[in-house]
Amino acid sequence: MDTVALLIIEVLNGISSLALTCAGLAIIFGMMRVINFAHGEFMMLGGYTTVVATNAGVNIWISMLILSPLVVGIIGILSERLIIRFFYGRMVDTLIATWGLSLLLIGIVTAIFGNYITGVSAPLGNFALGQYQLSVYRLVLIGLVALLFVGIYLVFTRTRLGLIARGTMQNPNQAAALGISPPRVYMVTFGIGAALTGLAGGLLAPISQIIPTVGFTYVAQAFITVITGGTGAVTGTIIASGIFGTVRQLVTYETTPIIGGVVLLIVAVVVLRLLPQGITGKIFRRSL
Amino acid sequence: MKIALNLNSWNTRGLIFVGVLMLALLLGGPEVFDLFVLLKVILFISTAMLALSMAFIWGFGGILCFGQSAFFGLGAYAYAIGVINIGESTVPILLSVLVPAGFAILLGYFIFYGRLSDIYLAVVTLAVTLILYAFIRSTSGEEYVIGSARLMGFNGISSIPVFNWPGFPNSPLWPDDIFYVAMTLLILVYFGFRVLLRSRFGRVVVAIKENETRAEYLGYDVRFYKMITFSIGAGVAGLAGCLFVSFNNFINPDVFALGLAAQIIMWVLIGGVGTLVGPMLGSLALQMLYNWLGTQSFVSFLNTYLVFGAIILFFVLAVPQGLQPTARLLALRFLPFTRSPEEAEEADRARQGAGDD
Amino acid sequence: MTDTRPPILETRGLTMRFGGVVAVDNVDFSLAEGELRCLIGPNGAGKTTFFRCLTHQYKPTSGHVMYRGDDITGLHTHQIARLGIGIKTQVPSLFDGLGVHENIWISARRHHKDREANKAADQILERLSLGHLAKKVVGQLAHGERQGVELAIVLTGDPELILLDEPTAGMTHEEVSRTTEMIREINRTASLIVVEHDMQFIKAIANKVTVFNQGAILVEDTMENVLRNQQVRDVYLGKREVA
Repeated sequence: MDTVALLIIEVLNGISSLALTCAGLAIIFGMMRVINFAHGEFMMLGGYTTVVATNAGVNIWISMLILSPLVVGIIGILSERLIIRFFYGRMVDTLIATWGLSLLLIGIVTAIFGNYITGVSAPLGNFALGQYQLSVYRLVLIGLVALLFVGIYLVFTRTRLGLIARGTMQNPNQAAALGISPPRVYMVTFGIGAALTGLAGGLLAPISQIIPTVGFTYVAQAFITVITGGTGAVTGTIIASGIFGTVRQLVTYETTPIIGGVVLLIVAVVVLRLLPQGITGKIFRRSL
Repeated sequence: MKIALNLNSWNTRGLIFVGVLMLALLLGGPEVFDLFVLLKVILFISTAMLALSMAFIWGFGGILCFGQSAFFGLGAYAYAIGVINIGESTVPILLSVLVPAGFAILLGYFIFYGRLSDIYLAVVTLAVTLILYAFIRSTSGEEYVIGSARLMGFNGISSIPVFNWPGFPNSPLWPDDIFYVAMTLLILVYFGFRVLLRSRFGRVVVAIKENETRAEYLGYDVRFYKMITFSIGAGVAGLAGCLFVSFNNFINPDVFALGLAAQIIMWVLIGGVGTLVGPMLGSLALQMLYNWLGTQSFVSFLNTYLVFGAIILFFVLAVPQGLQPTARLLALRFLPFTRSPEEAEEADRARQGAGDD
Repeated sequence: MTDTRPPILETRGLTMRFGGVVAVDNVDFSLAEGELRCLIGPNGAGKTTFFRCLTHQYKPTSGHVMYRGDDITGLHTHQIARLGIGIKTQVPSLFDGLGVHENIWISARRHHKDREANKAADQILERLSLGHLAKKVVGQLAHGERQGVELAIVLTGDPELILLDEPTAGMTHEEVSRTTEMIREINRTASLIVVEHDMQFIKAIANKVTVFNQGAILVEDTMENVLRNQQVRDVYLGKREVA
């Protein structure tokens, strides 16, 4: 009985952490169609912000929920202004430029902090589930991620800001004719995507490695999840995370995290072959 | 004065220049270089060949493969496992080409016949190389054996028998001879690509890169051409992997890692997408930069990530065409003798026309 | 006016849906061998979508496309090209980075061996008075010249059926009259379906015309009759939808 409950929690954990890594990318790639290969590094920066701030005395929740998104959001906007906006519409060029950015960010962090830095431990301690000890934080994280996605969905479908963003992505000329500045919308939307990624990095900091190259472990899985999710940026990501997160977690439970990641990639590649438009492309045809 | 840069033109003068240079290197190499340098040169040849493979499929085939390192690694491992099992090097060398090429046919079928788009191709090939990396790394246990060759996981396979004279397993090649073999292969591959690009197949491949839909409307089965192009690139990358092992006598899964996959793209980007010589030079330049950085301990903040990231950003923002085309454009502009007849005509016309506006 | 020649191209119940929008609604169409038909209709009438179903750019939601009696609905684009169907799209689709001669060579090489392909390319360039452009890179040509090159590419294959989408878009008067002559000449050996807006051009080349409206065929008749047809006028002038 405990084992089943444990498994369920583990699976939910897997889904929520995968979804979390994809949140910002769902906006940046899903909505804006910008391939941000520095996605993993934005997460890494979020993690570092949390760790450095917390180790300097700031409350961990403030580091994770406020500082990380803020710092990475700013870095995101800077990146957009200085690099990315020159390559809109050219996917391959964006890919290469953001990949250069990712290497640069790793380099800067390594130069400042070196290869290793003391991490932070998860807040809230453990609780007992039968014979197992579980981290309360991981449980809380599941709830936070769910809230986050609901929030993203609501912001982009119910608020004026969200409407402007979606409208501009679909038809920038029309938006411009209505007095909206597409470049500014792109900048803000990218910034929000980056902030979300930073938030993800911060929230995952207590339970992941804090090294400059940690981004590598996120980037492939995140991209393939968002791509397989399809045209519906938010709903697609949620569904894909659900499927892949479950698969990955179940396989990891039986074998190792590496094999779990490998199986995720294989399953995604197969799904993509069957549904070239992604999951939501064929079935739902949503725009969000 | 604007000169159209037709990268597909068969510039005989340029080719002769390259050919002479390569022959000089081939014949003069062992005379000029001492053993240590010669081994490094063999390494450069291996990476140059790898760069060529990517230059072909990306620059001329329009296939942005993010995991070309996968084929390099497969070729290397195929040679290693082959030569340990068979004891003679001729067949393993063949295997180092055929195994990656065969794998590429399967993967290519999956991708091109499945009509997956460019982005998906990039991500899927990246996934493949990462999967191979993770998988091979985990094969340290004794149970992971192919014939008599243990895969050794992250430890890598060492003491791999070097090339031997075909048919004489007990006569290994000396470094001088390995150099001759490697350089000859590089020359053959380079001119092989040149010939291929002049053939019907090559010209169709380039046309497909230009406009896939139009090629289809003309009746060309685009999926097939792309799959074959992909496979040729994989075979060449595999051969490069084999040469890599010949220099090192050692192979480990790092060859599948993101680092090399990324570097390959950099070589072509910096050398010039759409040229063959450029990426070879790009690989040489970056390798040398990498080595130089490794020795620079005083500028400790100049770690490789920082430098490479800055280089990529610089090239993508300021010199998008890459080194070779830019150099060529400059040469065309300022050094008239480098122009082909058409380019010379064009330049004259442009100069005359500039006054008429 | 009935045609006794066998149909070279037919559609049966061809329908194309995009989400909730029915762009092509259950269209039965027939083109006789050797015929030249123009597809006309106001913007959004579905003629371009119909055309794209024929060229296999879109996979029809339902219905069939028949070529000489064979069902070609499920075929790949390159397969229908191999059947002898030539396609020229609305926006010139060319190999922009290659030279004009090379563009045509790629087309010619499908049907000839190496050296003959070269000659065939030269011949087509002569025939269409494009010889002076042979070495130029296609991406740098003017729009009308690009249209000409694309026509050359299509003709190189000696297709039996040619599908043209707005061949005269962006052309000067002189280019249009040359194109008119060319198309009349092509019609001697090939059947044609032409989507067009330019009424003068249509009058000059067309015998029979198919008028599309709201995804269906409104009227099929000679150009004169069609121009006199009150329903057609209403539809073009945007009056209430015709029952």
